[in-house]
Amino acid sequence: MMLRIVKYVAIEILRGRIALAYAGFLLVASLGLFNLGGDTAKALVGLLSLVLMIVPLVSLVFATTHFYNTQEFVELLAAQPLPRTTILLAQMIGVMLALAAALLVGIAVPVLLYAGTVTGLTLIAVALLLTAVFTALAFVAAVLARDKARGIGAALLIWFYFGLLHDGVTLYVLFLLEDFPLEGISLTLLALNPIDLGRVLVLLQMDVSALMGYTGAMLKDLLGTGTGKLFATLVLGAWIALPVGAAVWIFRRKDL
Amino acid sequence: MRRAFFAALCAVTALPLGAVEWHVGPGQRFERIRDALTAAAAGDTVTVHGGVYREGNLSVDKPVTLVGVGWPRLDGEDRVEVLTITASGVTVRGFEIVRGGAGSLHDLAGIKVASASRVTVEDNRVFGCSFGIYFSKARDGVARRNEIRGTPVGEQENGNGIHAWSCERLVFSDNTVDRHRDGIYLEFVSDSHIERNRVTGNLRYGLHFMSAHRNVYRENHFIRNGAGVAVMYSREVTMEANRFSHSWGSAAYGLLLKDLTDSRIRGNVFERNSIAVTIQSSTRMVFEGNQLRANGWALQVESSSTDNLYSKNNFVGNAFDVTTNGELELNRFEGNYWDRAELYDLDRDGVGDVPHRPLSLFAKLVDRVPAALLLLRSPLVHFLDRAERIFPTLTPDKLLDPHPVMRPHPL
Repeated sequence: MMLRIVKYVAIEILRGRIALAYAGFLLVASLGLFNLGGDTAKALVGLLSLVLMIVPLVSLVFATTHFYNTQEFVELLAAQPLPRTTILLAQMIGVMLALAAALLVGIAVPVLLYAGTVTGLTLIAVALLLTAVFTALAFVAAVLARDKARGIGAALLIWFYFGLLHDGVTLYVLFLLEDFPLEGISLTLLALNPIDLGRVLVLLQMDVSALMGYTGAMLKDLLGTGTGKLFATLVLGAWIALPVGAAVWIFRRKDL
Repeated sequence: MRRAFFAALCAVTALPLGAVEWHVGPGQRFERIRDALTAAAAGDTVTVHGGVYREGNLSVDKPVTLVGVGWPRLDGEDRVEVLTITASGVTVRGFEIVRGGAGSLHDLAGIKVASASRVTVEDNRVFGCSFGIYFSKARDGVARRNEIRGTPVGEQENGNGIHAWSCERLVFSDNTVDRHRDGIYLEFVSDSHIERNRVTGNLRYGLHFMSAHRNVYRENHFIRNGAGVAVMYSREVTMEANRFSHSWGSAAYGLLLKDLTDSRIRGNVFERNSIAVTIQSSTRMVFEGNQLRANGWALQVESSSTDNLYSKNNFVGNAFDVTTNGELELNRFEGNYWDRAELYDLDRDGVGDVPHRPLSLFAKLVDRVPAALLLLRSPLVHFLDRAERIFPTLTPDKLLDPHPVMRPHPL
């Protein structure tokens, strides 16, 4: 039953104009980047910045709006003999799949065409993971706030925090504690922001990583190794699982 | 006995004819190089044919020409110095010298030139020796087209590929030096030319010189050496058209300049190094027309450096172009190309109408707290850098290139 709802939700989104526009925009942007300079490494860096900005924003805003716009559908489903967990999970997975499909068209295709390297594949993986993370976070915001404006506002705040503010906090903390060994602290700060985690994962694949001197060596030791990558992926996995769990937990107790 | 007699006879009969060629090898007049060297007189040629010679340490103490034909191998069996040249005017050519011993008290080399002038060492292969070719108190020596390859076991046990101590007017050209401690090492060496050498994969420095004045380094390649190239305590050094690349690591740089005065660094390429050039306590230096590409830090200048001019260089694709621990008031930047400069050129003369500040705030932050590197390419950092460029508060406001160019200099 869940599968049918997922399919329905995803197809409904993909039929709409927004998903198409999203895919189109990413496609144009990445093709532009790859054709502009000719240097694929540079293009990948540009694409990375774009992905880290746009993917969380679109996932957050789109998922929240989607939740509010399909409220009646959700209420209809809730009237059926279906567990609420199934309903919400199906909604979330549907949105994630639709956005992932748009990403695959907009980013994965050009990246594979122009830069089918480990770096390119990492970038695609990071983009997909971030889509899931921020869709899940958006659902948390949406199930918490009854009012649509508030929900979207909260989603934007989440984006602003992870996209910009958290880095400021990181910088502040690092300077505050500059006399202490910073390995653990910087790793913790990194793990607390999925966007940073994604950025560092991709940068570590690039030549940029070796430039980092002993800090880079530290980062490379921590995240560049097999276990490091596994750790980063697990943390990103947690960033998906925890909000999903939270959203479901709240939704089950919510008075529709 | 008969052979010795024969040799003596040859020596005697050959004398009046001037330069004589002595042949060494299986089936030749001599089987041991040592005997031929004993028999040879000044000006003679000793031709050694292919084969393996284990004769311990061979000392060349008269001006002869030693020629190897078919790569005769001189094996030091990891015990001794293979060839010691103490006479002036010796030429050694065409040998394969392997397994020279290492000494804890004295530096043992594959080929050592000690207190001799006009010695030429060319077209040899020196493999697995502690020190490869060693000049000590030598003048007008030449080492060219040699292939020198070490077996690195550690900085302490392993010697330098080409080592020169207290020499004048040497020429080292077209050698390849691989996997030694320092590729080329010069100490108290002056008026020498180091040209077109290919120095790769050495444990410590590709090129290392100290107190070596008035030397010229041209068209050498220094690639993948542990810490890069280090030049210290020297005057009037010229480095031109060299290539420094792939020195990656925590303490690695393409080129380290320390206490260098009145020197010219021109037309070199620095590519893919953790730190391309680091400059400490150096004065009156001209750093001109160099290409700095895809490095972590392009220029790291300590504030103890004064009166230096950096002009017409290209800074392309480096994570950081310039960093410093001070104000750099006494260093001038002029007419460089900076790929991240945001310029406009209304009068279309190819020179930006606004100055460029090469020291970014983030570079300064990372200099203080290296862990801040975590935020490389974060949008926050981008905004901070931007704001700082418009209103410099934390970065020195006098550190700028007043006339940055719009397009890279052709190099």
